[in-house]
Amino acid sequence: MNPPLLEVNSLRTYFNTPAGLSRAVDGVSFALLPGETMAIVGESGSGKSITALSIMQLVPEPAGFIESGTIQFNGKDLLDLTWEQMRSIRGRQISMIFQEPMTSLNPVFTIGFQIREAMLTHGKYRGDAATARAHSLLERVGMNSPDKVLRQYPHELSGGMRQRVMIAIALANEPQLLLADEPTTALDVTIQAQILTLLRDLQRDTGMSMLLITHDLGIVSQVADKVAVMYAGQIVEQAPTRDLLSNPHHPYTQGLIASLPSRSRRGNALFTLEGVVPPPTRWPGGCRFHDRCSKRMEICNTQMPSTTSQGEYRSVRCHLYPSAEAVTSQEPTR
Amino acid sequence: MIGYLIRRLLYSIPILIGVCFLTFVLFYMTASPTEIARRNLSAKNPTAQQIKDWEHQHGYDKPKWQQFVDTTEGLFLLRLGRSDSVKGERVMTRIKESWFPSFEIALLSFTAAITINLSLALVVAYFRGTYLDIYGTSLCVFMMSVTYLVYIIGGQFVFGRLLKLTPVAGFLPGWESLRFAFLPVVVAVISGMGASVRQFRTFMLDEMNQDYVRTARAKGVSEAQVLFKHVLKNAAIPVLTTSVQAIPGLFLGSILLESFFNIPGLGNYLVDAINSQDFAVVRAMVFIGALVTIFGYILTDISYALVDKRVRLE
Ligand SMILES: Nc1ncnc2c1ncn2[C@@H]1O[C@H](COP(=O)(O)OP(=O)(O)O)[C@@H](O)[C@H]1O
Ligand SMILES: [Mg+2]
Repeated sequence: MNPPLLEVNSLRTYFNTPAGLSRAVDGVSFALLPGETMAIVGESGSGKSITALSIMQLVPEPAGFIESGTIQFNGKDLLDLTWEQMRSIRGRQISMIFQEPMTSLNPVFTIGFQIREAMLTHGKYRGDAATARAHSLLERVGMNSPDKVLRQYPHELSGGMRQRVMIAIALANEPQLLLADEPTTALDVTIQAQILTLLRDLQRDTGMSMLLITHDLGIVSQVADKVAVMYAGQIVEQAPTRDLLSNPHHPYTQGLIASLPSRSRRGNALFTLEGVVPPPTRWPGGCRFHDRCSKRMEICNTQMPSTTSQGEYRSVRCHLYPSAEAVTSQEPTR
Repeated sequence: MIGYLIRRLLYSIPILIGVCFLTFVLFYMTASPTEIARRNLSAKNPTAQQIKDWEHQHGYDKPKWQQFVDTTEGLFLLRLGRSDSVKGERVMTRIKESWFPSFEIALLSFTAAITINLSLALVVAYFRGTYLDIYGTSLCVFMMSVTYLVYIIGGQFVFGRLLKLTPVAGFLPGWESLRFAFLPVVVAVISGMGASVRQFRTFMLDEMNQDYVRTARAKGVSEAQVLFKHVLKNAAIPVLTTSVQAIPGLFLGSILLESFFNIPGLGNYLVDAINSQDFAVVRAMVFIGALVTIFGYILTDISYALVDKRVRLE
């Protein structure tokens, strides 16, 4: 079996906030193989974006910092790199696209400038070659008149078009890994499907790995090979997409699936998960999901479950699934 | 663009008429033509007839509305008329004589201030959060809290008296004028520095938090390029607009600066006219001030549209 391209281990990313220490990402571990697409799913505020920004080492400073963990990329820990070494990886081996296409492009530079800049920064393509590649990238992401778009400013494009431009920028240096943070959330439903299909096709064509972050479990089956479900700064369940959708283990995953519109039985009211993700400055003691859980037991109030493996490809963090050999050691309950 | 300009010029007509009206009303609330006539004729202990003649000669005997219409019409046609003082010289002649010192000092302090303040703001923004930033910003607040007078008198004392580098006050034409302009320019730049650097720094830091900065970093762009290319070009928009807005004020000359340095500029001319209740001059200068201000705002809008592609003048 191939060694993983990306292996995140016990990643903890915290923020110093006026309300106290915010443990936004609190012990996240997963691995991504070359050419594989993994989705990270979870409600808003569960720490998905911060996980991706931690990989890029672009956590908002000075409040945010990576407290501990390792992020192995091609076998090397990114957290050991200097800022300059990390800079040569950003946009070249790891690219990222964001949730807000309307504001993610610089308003005072042309699209052509911004795509070319991604290439010129790393020197992989220069001069006319960079211009030609910018043109063909725009074509590849489905822009109708690339020549015109190269000369346009962001405000002249719609949200969907801007997200296509962001994708073109991300792909400019043929990265090995694309981090896509809710790339369709801000877009119209019809455009969402187009962008998602585009990302899937691009991933297949280039063979890159992709980490697709979304709060919508409904879209993962079209794109992702496997899914990690995130809640309160931790991954609570990981499984191949089909297994996860057909046989969810964690009560939180079950709740997410039950509340998908497509899954609701005709005539039945749509299931909704009660409550919201608690603030990361005050995670609940015991299992962090216990006060919203329909299958809560006595132990859930006091003891945080550890992650246990369920077969070769699955793992779950829930007291309902105890295992002789726990994957990670007992977490302290705070 | 053309349509926009025409519309702005049309809008400015009622504004200018309003300015003229206010000046007119305020003048009659604080002075009467008889008093002014007496003052200008006082050496000869004027008779009632002399006062009448004077009022007739300067048009103060007509009905008030007629005076207002006549003077306002003159101003709009840029026929600024003659001063009410004994010499009765043409206002336009005096403006032609005294615009240059004001303009020279304004131009020099404007370019020096924007270059120096922007560079300093870039430095503190680049080192944001470090001691340099903290001490720099504190120094700005300190400089803002010191009154203008301290800079004027301190500058005159240090440069003029102690170091004898520059004249303490006064003005000469030609190249010589640079020697005299130096100190007022330094004072103008330093007195505005604290507020400007702090404001420009805020503009940059606001931009630093924008999403496009995160995108640039995600592309691997270096911090220097993020600041000097991405952020600077965006921050240039508010920097430019606040700076262009300051031009009218500069052009009319800082009244305080010109009187302290005894510079024969427009500001000084206006002060003298106010002191001697020379309504004809005050009227003309206030009108020109309003004109320059309106022109400044149009210039601001145009410069805005030039740097920010999202802005369309319609
Ligand atoms: N700049 C920040 N300063 C302080 N806390 C932050 C900041 N950004 C994110 N957080 C915290 O991290 C938590 C997780 O954020 P995020 O990863 O954006 O969630 P998600 O992407 O899953 O919606 C948020 O609830 C918030 O409290
Ligand atoms: Mg997010």
